[in-house]
Amino acid sequence: MKKIINSTYKWFGERIPLKELIDFISKKGVPIHSYSYWYFFGGICLFLYITQVVTGILLLLYYKPTAESAYESVHFIVANVPFGWLIRSIHSWSANLLIGAIFIHMFSTYFLKAYRPPRELTWITGCLLLYLFLAFGFSGYLLPWNELSFFATKVGTEIVGVLPIIGKPLKIFLRGGEEVSGATLTRFFGFHVAVLPGIVFIILGIHLLLLQIHGMSVPLGMKEEEVKKEPFFPNFFIKELIGWLLITVILVSLSVFFPWPLGKKADPFASAPAGIKPEWYFTFMFLTLKLLPQKVIFIEGEVLGVLIFFIAAIFLLLIPFLDLWSKKEKRNPIFTWIGIFAVLYIIIMTILTYILPGK
Amino acid sequence: MKKGEKMERREFLKKSLDFIIGGSLLGVIFSIFYPIMKFIFPPKLPEAPQFQVKVGNVDDIPLNSGKVFRFGTRPGIIIRKSDGTFVAFSATCTHLGCIVQYRPDLGHIWCACHNGHFDLSGNVLSGPPPSPLEKFNVKIIGNEIYVTRG
Amino acid sequence: MKRIIICVIFLLIYRFSFAKEDSCIECHNELEGEFKKPVEMMKSDIHYKFGISCVSCHGGNPTIHDESAMDKKYGFIGVPNKKEILKICSKCHSNPEYMKKFNPTIRVDQLELYKTSKHGILLEKGDEKVAVCSDCHSSHGILPPIDSRSTVFPQKIPETCGKCHKDKEYMKEYGIPINQVEEYLEGVHGEALMKKGDLSAPSCNDCHGNHGSTPPGVENISYVCRECHSSAADLFVKSPHKSAFDKLKISECEACHGNHKIEKPSDEMLEPERGICSSCHEKDSKGFLVSQKIYSDIKNLKDKIMESELILNKVYKMGIEVSDAFVMLEDAKSSLINARNLVHSFEIEKIEEAINEGLKICEKVYNEGKKGEKEAITRRKGYGLSLIFFIILIFALLLKLKLREEKTL
Repeated sequence: MKKIINSTYKWFGERIPLKELIDFISKKGVPIHSYSYWYFFGGICLFLYITQVVTGILLLLYYKPTAESAYESVHFIVANVPFGWLIRSIHSWSANLLIGAIFIHMFSTYFLKAYRPPRELTWITGCLLLYLFLAFGFSGYLLPWNELSFFATKVGTEIVGVLPIIGKPLKIFLRGGEEVSGATLTRFFGFHVAVLPGIVFIILGIHLLLLQIHGMSVPLGMKEEEVKKEPFFPNFFIKELIGWLLITVILVSLSVFFPWPLGKKADPFASAPAGIKPEWYFTFMFLTLKLLPQKVIFIEGEVLGVLIFFIAAIFLLLIPFLDLWSKKEKRNPIFTWIGIFAVLYIIIMTILTYILPGK
Repeated sequence: MKKGEKMERREFLKKSLDFIIGGSLLGVIFSIFYPIMKFIFPPKLPEAPQFQVKVGNVDDIPLNSGKVFRFGTRPGIIIRKSDGTFVAFSATCTHLGCIVQYRPDLGHIWCACHNGHFDLSGNVLSGPPPSPLEKFNVKIIGNEIYVTRG
Repeated sequence: MKRIIICVIFLLIYRFSFAKEDSCIECHNELEGEFKKPVEMMKSDIHYKFGISCVSCHGGNPTIHDESAMDKKYGFIGVPNKKEILKICSKCHSNPEYMKKFNPTIRVDQLELYKTSKHGILLEKGDEKVAVCSDCHSSHGILPPIDSRSTVFPQKIPETCGKCHKDKEYMKEYGIPINQVEEYLEGVHGEALMKKGDLSAPSCNDCHGNHGSTPPGVENISYVCRECHSSAADLFVKSPHKSAFDKLKISECEACHGNHKIEKPSDEMLEPERGICSSCHEKDSKGFLVSQKIYSDIKNLKDKIMESELILNKVYKMGIEVSDAFVMLEDAKSSLINARNLVHSFEIEKIEEAINEGLKICEKVYNEGKKGEKEAITRRKGYGLSLIFFIILIFALLLKLKLREEKTL
């Protein structure tokens, strides 16, 4: 047995830098300090994404992306395909956990200022991944073609349309027409299973590569060379594995005890049910738009709201270049407070969406 | 002596721990792959019925008669007129939701609940129904009748 | 200056030409209170919209601009009495040639029908208290029945009839009840019309007639209800109850369902001891035993449907997809409705046919529910088993880590 392993190792070693790779992994170390636990969230995001790809591919075996068959094919998966209920519910729950994990991962790296040089590109690709995964969530939500998803998509694309100049053409591009229809479903399906995975593959690849090159960042004040480290393999790897196993247990438990509902089939001619909301991770933006007054000086409230979030997204991307103090290893309370404000704003607005009387 | 015993015990524990890890890992892998394996092999009915429902055979429906059938989650009614052609509608009466029927003696559709009458285009002839019956499309392929949404 | 003079002349001509049109409107518009009210109401009146004004009903001279316009020599009759009102309205409304000009399909037999009504008969005998055209349609501001503001719009009719028929003092001498409107509003038809807005639900006029309003005769009640409830009426007419009721002068549908306060029919009406059947059928008589069987059959199907629904709901909450079974259950519910309708035939075989159809469906649905229950338990067992593997692995790995850390220390 050992002989086979050795000769296989030798064969590959002559063709790819196997020794260097193994050396690299064995030397790789993960810093240990009071904030070490936050390091796990990156891996959790990766694991959840892998889960999405696997369950997504499985669902692809039975899903039909047309307005006439989409709902029925999801019903078929849940009711007739063996373990279809499990695969479908895991896919839906995992999507929500993934977005939650991405936000946590983003905020933890923000507060730990992991975007300091030389890790600016890691931060930028990370932000792009956040936006791409929000697009994943938005496009995927329509695919079951039920009442909630139809109207959430209608409202969401309507909001895109209020942007000046580019708004209308963008709305028509997204919807595949003037209204949300079977054409929208086909298009969103294309985005969800081909376009977005393709782009994410590249950007995630760059993100992970940069991570290997630079290693883990350490909190402000600590020196990378001096900080205590544990070996990546097997110590950190086993810890990460335990994290992944726990997440799997959570996903499966949610799927068994809180299965994702089918809902009612979408009827484009019916009127929207009361209290239509987008998925929870968009609700803080949705409520902001609802609460803004009709007109603020000369701009329409909604347009202002969309522009504010657009600017916030760009601001997020450019943080490494704006937080000049962090480069010098100095703390800047302004950025910390901006971060705290953002976290609190998102949490409070999300909760408020659900407890305020439905409008 | 004690140290030796301790070392033996430690070795035994380590080996059994590895064994436990191996065994439970196998269990975990099985728990993941078994559902996936069962999932990828299609069930007996390989796909969801299309919205295209086969109502029956042309020969089974006599002239000037009607039949109520299941159209997804709603009832539908298919009628063979005296000239041999077929029409199909949603069988839910637009008044209070009862299931309508075809009356060969009247030559049109009737709702028994409150005496609503519909013609063979689905329009209301008399009675309380406020709006016409939703019309479905009928396709004849060979001897088989298929109904799809209008 | 010239321009001003021309404007003033036009204004005067305009003013006087208006005066030429209708001095009634002009003068009464300047008055107050009850003398001004008719003018205000005429603005929306359908007659006024067709160019028919005060003169057509009250007489007088609309071109004279003072009180001499209201002289008998111009045919002025002031406020007409009831018999005069009949003549005034029917002058046009019973004239087919005249009415055709305004609405080719309007009916012209109202007076004829009215003469056969209780109101018409009493008026002929000299009773000035009864309703006449203007009492229901109002005198000024008359609107067609399809206008929701009209006093004879379906939802307004109970109020209109109730103006007299609810008034205890007013109706004292007639010796008829005054609670009809109240009872009607509490019944299913009243609820359907007034609360649910179903304009096809019957109002007073649909059962009693509009102009020929009379309480329907005892043998005719089933024909009245038949207009909408044709299926139940057909079954009743063919049943042994029809001839029996007619012989005993029992008022058909009304005997069991009431006339104004028609309650939502319940299965309890068939209950042997406390229901309606036992009010005629003596205990242990043939009729009584049939009613007993009908009641138990229907109750059985109802219970089976509830049982099936309960298990489907339980299984749905546990995460099993059972929407197909729910759809099947709807068919069972239809069988129940059918069986309840067939009660009017009082033929036990027909009723049991529908009941058995429903029971067959219930059995299928219940089995689907049971299957779903088994599936839910299997899922939880599988989950539990794999959970054990996961937990063991997690703890074993943690232990391994701890040992490694001890080793490196």
